[in-house]
Amino acid sequence: MLSIKKLFVKVKDKNILNDFNLDIKEGEIHAIMGPNGTGKSTLSKVILGNKNYEVVSGDIIFKKESILGLKTDEIARKGIFVAFQNPISIEGVQNSEFLKTAINERRENAIGLFEFVKEIKEKVKELDFSEEMIHRAVNVGASGGERKKNEVLQLSLLEPEFIILDELDSGLDIDSLKKVCEAINKYLESHKKTSVLIITHYPRILEYIKPQFVHMMVCGKIVKTGDYNLAFEIEKSGYSDTSVMGSEKENE
Amino acid sequence: MEIVGLNENNIRKISKTKHEEQWVLDFRLKSYEMFKKLNMPDFGPKIDLDFDKVIYYKSLEKGLNSNWDKIDNNIKCEFASLGVIDSEKYMDGIGVQYESEVIYHNMIEELVEKKVIFTSIEMAMKQYPDLVKKYFSKIVSNSDNKLAALNSAVFSGGSFIYIPPNTTLDRPLQSYFRINSRGMGQFERTLIIVDDNSHLHYVEGCTAPTYSDSSLHAAVVEIYVGKNSTCRYSTVQNWAPNVYNLVTKRALVDENGTMEWIDGNIGSKVTMKYPACILKGDNSTGTCITISVATHEQNQDSGARMIHIGKNTSSTIISKSIARLGGNATYRGKVDIKESAINSKSIVKCDSLILDKDSKSDAYPTNVCRTSKSNLEHEATVSRINEDNLFYMMSRGIDEEKATELIILGFIEKFREELPMEYAVELNQLLKRML
Repeated sequence: MLSIKKLFVKVKDKNILNDFNLDIKEGEIHAIMGPNGTGKSTLSKVILGNKNYEVVSGDIIFKKESILGLKTDEIARKGIFVAFQNPISIEGVQNSEFLKTAINERRENAIGLFEFVKEIKEKVKELDFSEEMIHRAVNVGASGGERKKNEVLQLSLLEPEFIILDELDSGLDIDSLKKVCEAINKYLESHKKTSVLIITHYPRILEYIKPQFVHMMVCGKIVKTGDYNLAFEIEKSGYSDTSVMGSEKENE
Repeated sequence: MEIVGLNENNIRKISKTKHEEQWVLDFRLKSYEMFKKLNMPDFGPKIDLDFDKVIYYKSLEKGLNSNWDKIDNNIKCEFASLGVIDSEKYMDGIGVQYESEVIYHNMIEELVEKKVIFTSIEMAMKQYPDLVKKYFSKIVSNSDNKLAALNSAVFSGGSFIYIPPNTTLDRPLQSYFRINSRGMGQFERTLIIVDDNSHLHYVEGCTAPTYSDSSLHAAVVEIYVGKNSTCRYSTVQNWAPNVYNLVTKRALVDENGTMEWIDGNIGSKVTMKYPACILKGDNSTGTCITISVATHEQNQDSGARMIHIGKNTSSTIISKSIARLGGNATYRGKVDIKESAINSKSIVKCDSLILDKDSKSDAYPTNVCRTSKSNLEHEATVSRINEDNLFYMMSRGIDEEKATELIILGFIEKFREELPMEYAVELNQLLKRML
């Protein structure tokens, strides 16, 4: 479904991704682990076509087509969704208006008000949100946990085929993390073909959403790939274990 | 007929056409003397107008009607396409001015029974001279500023509203102003009296086609808000980008009264407009919520003035300015809490949103508090459309233009929620067209 080939990415003359390769098939769950500043979060922004990152060479293929050079909104509409590490707040823009616009951008005819309200109320209830959040501005005054829940709410309404969970556990206590992961698992159960890429520093989240493949990323590239157990090996020995890690240390 | 250029003879002609009484003509001529003495404002945008070339009076229609079928078909169609005729069903009454004259006035039967008066200023001067004389030019004097003096000399059209004591209107009254000719000046004069214990919501709309020559709109609006009364005046001006919109709007608020200005500036080449509340009565309240959107070659110089005289008075100014494509949206406002206004408070909040580096938004607040027993707060923010916000919204599949639109509509949310539904919808459409 998503295939990243020999990707080199720069920000202001600094190499962030160096010969990065990744292949994720339909319905697979992958995790990328790595130390801070290794380019993990860059990856999600590059996939989304963020203009601040310069792709020097390589390609990103999604559903058999290159998405390099497409605008962020076009990429999103193709079915890629990133649940961000630190979702920002947007003053004055109501959640309902924001979500309705996002849904309508994917449809030929605008969603009916009744249908929209029904759907959003259902999802809000599932996530244990209070209903009045629908009328609040996007993430304004919201806690870290509420912001993450809002990401999952958006995800379940927009029904992407490819989900990137970028440091989902940051800002979440263990109970909130469980709840959010349960909601994502529920989504995945009813969307078997959806693929997931979990980007994380800690293996904790992988106890709730189990990946089939774990990649270790250091200095902008994947240095080791294994199954679920690799996550816990990494936890034990740390990223600095030279037996699993490449030698250059040039980034951030 | 058409009257071009400014001189005593032309002023006499306007007065004669309207069959005015001597006191009105005297007032016009005195105002003209005042106009000659006064200078143009020494602040704000540059105004490049030749007063001798302006059309001061033009009328096509004969008389005032309360039936659209009696109005020239072309003009009727024009107002139909503007949605004015259709909007009548949401209102308790509407008035329509075309060029210099009010051509249509109608209100529901109940209001006639309640003795509400809603007519043109000329008609009121003839039918209710004592009532008019009591308030006319008392709130905005003809020596107030050069453009108020000009309006006083050549005024034509505008609404007169009288709400008797203990009267509440269920729905707003509306006036619609249309300039249609090249080089036209529109100088309507509006006088609104909301007597004690009464409530009024008045809505004003305006448009003009675009010409290469400048047009001038120099109105004066005077409002008296009686004891325990409320008046709300909502405007969304959408003049063509060749119109100088130089307007003096002021309300005198009596004890326990409330005046609310809801003021939207989308169109015009230059706007200078600072709706004012003189909070004369104890416990009176003034509010002004204003938005200005300035785009290419537009200069919106707007704000509000709150003058506190009575005790326990309070005022709020919320100003939202948006500048894009080289436009200039400036807040200019004044709060003056006089010594007599003890236990008063005022809050001023100015926010501006600048969409690109060619555009500009300045703030010139004057805040004076002359008594230590009162309180004045001022807050101001300047923001740009944040790249992170755009990226976040685009990452959900919303294209850049739509995302910008959502952010702008969000920015002026406070203003939109104060407008009647139909107007909020119209405003959204206007803004979308501008983006």
